[in-house]
Amino acid sequence: MNEQILGLITGVAFGFLLQKGRVLRFDKQVAAMRLKDMTILKFMLAAILVGMVGLHLLAHFDILAFKHKPMNLGAVAVGGALFGAGWAVMGFCPGTSVGALGEGRWHAVFAIVGMLLGAAAYAELYPFFQRTVLAWKNFGPIALPETLGLNPWLVIALFWALCLALLAWFEKKKL
Amino acid sequence: MKWKTDDGGWNPYLSGAMTGILAIASALATTRVLGKTNYLGASTTFVRAAGLLQKPVAQEHVAANEYYTKEKIKVDWQFMLVVGIFLGALLSSLTDGSFRAEAVPPTWSRRFGPGVTKRAAGAILGGLVAMVGARMADGCPSGHGLSGMMQLSVSGFVALAMFFGTGIVVARLVYGGRSRE
Repeated sequence: MNEQILGLITGVAFGFLLQKGRVLRFDKQVAAMRLKDMTILKFMLAAILVGMVGLHLLAHFDILAFKHKPMNLGAVAVGGALFGAGWAVMGFCPGTSVGALGEGRWHAVFAIVGMLLGAAAYAELYPFFQRTVLAWKNFGPIALPETLGLNPWLVIALFWALCLALLAWFEKKKL
Repeated sequence: MKWKTDDGGWNPYLSGAMTGILAIASALATTRVLGKTNYLGASTTFVRAAGLLQKPVAQEHVAANEYYTKEKIKVDWQFMLVVGIFLGALLSSLTDGSFRAEAVPPTWSRRFGPGVTKRAAGAILGGLVAMVGARMADGCPSGHGLSGMMQLSVSGFVALAMFFGTGIVVARLVYGGRSRE
């Protein structure tokens, strides 16, 4: 099977689950940021909790290797803040915008156009960012367990406990 | 807790957990089939799509651009993943009756009125800023949020905290506080 077909099959399954979870909606994403409805956070945390255990098992038995994105301080902090600000106004993230279009919310086209313009703008500004925000402090591709000096399975157990407590609180507050 | 939402959707814990299983299966499948491990992500595809769209009118400019060269302008695994998200959402919404043509989202309409022009301006501006941010941070809620946090990458945790932290502040400014409907 080639690369493109595998990507397409995976994407169809991903889009199907995102739509079934009802997390593609503008209103759900904005409601999470307004702390009114935590559906998208429940979906994300459930995916992360399950995926984390499976991927660490596969890595533990050397079946696959992790690809940590670099912890480039300026890039992640400033870029993350810009993303959050744009996300609140746009009401979609890159993956969900395309899915929202699939479920008929055609105004997602505007978000997609904006993001294509943003990608083109970033490509033009890349040399400038390389000299500035990307050059501040790069800690490289670091992982939480090594950084904290803890066993990965202990970190996973702590993360599970923390998330379950948070999710129980969401349910109690009917968020 | 209900297994189905009022409009026939699935419980977010169930659909989310299944997405976690998909992420594991996908990492395994790419490792086995392609010989390299790919993790779920979406925002690099927007760079490749922007490059592909610019190519016919500015071939040399795209070829000379350092960032486009770095990210390689091509229709790859992730590009087709993003195409698949569209098709999967279409399939799911058509089969369960939740497909709906929507010009302006209800939350936006309540705050800024039903005009399409205003919504378009907001979405384009927001999308532009968000994508500059996503490329700077090297990931979006899929790449950093899902894939990064599953791997316990430090960057994933910091990025998701920044995404939501700033999102909460800006959403409050744009749509008003919690009490406002």
